[in-house]
Amino acid sequence: MEGIPYVPATPDEVQRMLDVLGFSTVDALFDAIVPAGDRLRQPLGLPAGLVEADLVEAGTALAAQCTPVTAAASFLGAGAYRHHVPAVIRHLVSRGEYLTAYTPYQPEISQGTLQAIWEYQSLVCDLFAMDVANASVYDGASALAEAMLMSWRIGKGKRPRVILAGAIHPDALEVCCTYGHAGIVRIEAVPPGPDGRVDLEALRRSVGPDTACVAVQSPNFVGLIEDLPEIAAIAHEAGALQVVSVPDPHACALFEAPGASGADIVVGEGQPLGLPISFGGPYVGLFATRNAYVRQMPGRLVGRTRDVEGRQGFVLTLATREQHIRREKATSNICTNQGLCALQVAMYLALQGPEGLREVAEQCHAKALYLKRAVDAIPGFRVPYKGPFFHEFLVETPCRAADLVEDLAEEGIFAGVPLSRWYPARTHEMLVCATETSRREEMDRLVARLAAVQGGAR
Amino acid sequence: MTRPLVTSGASGLLQEEPLIFERSVPGRRAAWPRPLDVPPADDLDPALLRAVPPRLPEVSEPDVVRHHTRLSQRNYGIDAGFYPLGSCTMKHNPRVSEDLAALPGFGGLHPNQPVSSVQGALRVMVELEDALAEITGLDAVTLQPSAGAHGEFTGLLIVRAAHEARGDARRRILIPESAHGTNPASATLCGYETVEVPAGPDGVMLPESVRSLMAPDVAGLMVTHPNTVGLYETHLREICAVVHDGGGLVYGDGANLNALMGVARPGDVGIDVMHVNLHKTFSTPHGGGGPGAGPVAVRAALAPYLPRPVIQRGERLAIDWDRPLSIGKVRSFYGNFGVLVRAWTYVRQMGGPGLSWASRMAVLNANYLRARLGASYEVAFDRPCMHEVILTDRRQRPHGVETMDIAKALMDHGFHPPTVYFPLVVPHALMVEPTESESLDEMDAFVAAMEAVARQASEDPASLHAAPWRSYRRRLDEVLAAKSPDLRYTWPSPEGSASGGD
Ligand SMILES: Cc1ncc(COP(=O)(O)O)c(C=O)c1O
Repeated sequence: MEGIPYVPATPDEVQRMLDVLGFSTVDALFDAIVPAGDRLRQPLGLPAGLVEADLVEAGTALAAQCTPVTAAASFLGAGAYRHHVPAVIRHLVSRGEYLTAYTPYQPEISQGTLQAIWEYQSLVCDLFAMDVANASVYDGASALAEAMLMSWRIGKGKRPRVILAGAIHPDALEVCCTYGHAGIVRIEAVPPGPDGRVDLEALRRSVGPDTACVAVQSPNFVGLIEDLPEIAAIAHEAGALQVVSVPDPHACALFEAPGASGADIVVGEGQPLGLPISFGGPYVGLFATRNAYVRQMPGRLVGRTRDVEGRQGFVLTLATREQHIRREKATSNICTNQGLCALQVAMYLALQGPEGLREVAEQCHAKALYLKRAVDAIPGFRVPYKGPFFHEFLVETPCRAADLVEDLAEEGIFAGVPLSRWYPARTHEMLVCATETSRREEMDRLVARLAAVQGGAR
Repeated sequence: MTRPLVTSGASGLLQEEPLIFERSVPGRRAAWPRPLDVPPADDLDPALLRAVPPRLPEVSEPDVVRHHTRLSQRNYGIDAGFYPLGSCTMKHNPRVSEDLAALPGFGGLHPNQPVSSVQGALRVMVELEDALAEITGLDAVTLQPSAGAHGEFTGLLIVRAAHEARGDARRRILIPESAHGTNPASATLCGYETVEVPAGPDGVMLPESVRSLMAPDVAGLMVTHPNTVGLYETHLREICAVVHDGGGLVYGDGANLNALMGVARPGDVGIDVMHVNLHKTFSTPHGGGGPGAGPVAVRAALAPYLPRPVIQRGERLAIDWDRPLSIGKVRSFYGNFGVLVRAWTYVRQMGGPGLSWASRMAVLNANYLRARLGASYEVAFDRPCMHEVILTDRRQRPHGVETMDIAKALMDHGFHPPTVYFPLVVPHALMVEPTESESLDEMDAFVAAMEAVARQASEDPASLHAAPWRSYRRRLDEVLAAKSPDLRYTWPSPEGSASGGD
């Protein structure tokens, strides 16, 4: 067999290895390993391989069937957000030393990854105003599910009930239900009030001595800022924890940080911080808590220590929480996480710095405010919620939102995300988002086009 | 091939690198947004705004480039050399995959775009699903799980859902004692109690052991195939029949699929559900800890339980959310799409014959190392193995040299150590997995290094206890790290009394 990429053995070398082993053919070696009845007797039903030039052509052709957000005026959000990613990030994370290492099990030869992840942990703490952050989990939704399970562990099983309050992203809610399916936690949703935010009275009635945590998302699914201090007070009064989920951590550069108002666990989706939007993944789950709870945390942690010569160095630590030591008693089953994505977040936060991050956050809000006011002024369209918001808002449409979005997509405008995707009955609503990447002329084009819809185009 | 002794990184000029925080200089910055083209916002109550801004480092782009270039040089990756980390399948990571995943038509897609604008991306996903179904011998695939352990969780929930759909709630799951730690941890997460299955004397599971443990409340068996000692589970067909006869299902941990492509299909032998680690068998880079992807393949009868959404086949591909029996979503959106593109690229480039050949060469390489290393190290199971071989320190221990010393000493010889102390069933294991992408000369150099370490163990054991000598850092104090956890940076207080600094 020749011409197989990435397999260097020549026919002569194959023979030399077989000679060492005392087999005449590769097949004979396999006959000594795999029972005859188990062997696959026909070739795999897969096409033959492509040489690199043809492969690039095939991949490029498929990519060309798609319209990237950069080729449209995009106002899509609902869990993934377009921001400018400094070009240098891709170059730095493409360094083979970072890209092609495994998990840093051997610290002496993994100090690069370990120091970078320790810096990432520090930056996440800073952003959320929390004590300690882990080395990442899969994404924002699974981070919320892990936070829910962690609250349950902290409640030592005496607090079986988890309250998911207000407008949490329905996908994240669903992931929580999947993780809760084993039946150990009881999940209860407290729907948002008429103003689109957590119904504080309903929440007060719902919490009790059996409540492990009150989880909220802020900015919430419809873009509104929740009253985190008040929700924390309600949770804490009942002896429950407050869990806060942040869908776009840029919000923490503008609004008060969850940790400052009493949150016990803060999770977030790290994609907006320097990751390509990449059709939904790979993203990265940010996960932070207070010192008191560190031993109940899921996932890997990097700690600072010294080597035998007394020099600063970094290692994976507090591993007795983890699956490879504790097996069925581990705090989580997670092993491989999103290390390289966490590195991208660390690079992004360093490149932005305090000024850059604040400016991006302020621009997101200013542009979204401009767009929101303009859309709200179009006859037939309405922005129902008036509370404080970050960069996303709900719009009621005079026609079916899904049709509207499909129509405008043909003109190179991704107008928003129809709510019918999650709530089939909510046919006339969509989420619209603007970030620092949205240009005024694009927003004006969207507004003009929506105004024309009302004029009878559809 | 003679190999000079090594030092790590760019040894000509290996600088100490401070923390990024220690590079911070007030007023420096690296990134600017466009000038604001709308009026500044005037709507927010100042009480909502952040009182103390996050104290991020203030650095320039050159600072960040130097910082990460230098840090990266403290790392060892498969690009730098042989990385025989058993169970992790550290094969070469093709760069064409990186380029294709970064195309705007893939990397620039928003997950909530209209389906009509993402047809090519969905095509990549269905082609990858089909390839994984063919390779595993199963029928339907979800690409949603983010890593192997996430796939285990997903697959076990599917097992659970299938039992529950028949009104047959089963509480326990059988797991061999040699299993990876994620297996029992995933079982717990799914509400199962684990029951350990002992391994037979020659490293494979015996049908009798499984038969004696099968009971009406046993949901099934979770088996790693080939197993974690690098052996083909020769009795698996019979074992699967035992489990099925008892009303159970068989979950396969496919972390070791690199030994099986085009050789034997787990589905043909009786496995019902299996996850696959794309960051192992399908060559996507591990990134120093992820991202990976852990697709799950199932038999047709289990397909209704797959996480939603699923992609609907046809001329125009669609996304189907209406899956009443689905276990639900296990994460946001559709999975680690960028990783999926890389795996698709690998499958298309290798083709069926190429993948089959890769598995054959991975196994041949492992057996070659087994034969050569057996001269100086104890081989735990000295018979033809699959993709990896387990050595132990039994011959070195009389000199007071242990597995960990051997691992650290290898670094001074320029190699990443094998996986150590796993699986637990082989005390003091050194698990060597060469993969198909290593050449004969590279493996011979590794053998020479291992032999040199073995000689050193008998002649100068003390030098091994102190190894490594040449790495950027020498042995690190893990006890100190765990005893007084120092998990984040704290900025020096304004008075200058550093609290989190060195
Ligand atoms: C046998 C085995 N099972 C499961 C896993 C878990 O996979 P992951 O790290 O992708 O979650 C691994 C790898 O770490 C493994 O080697």
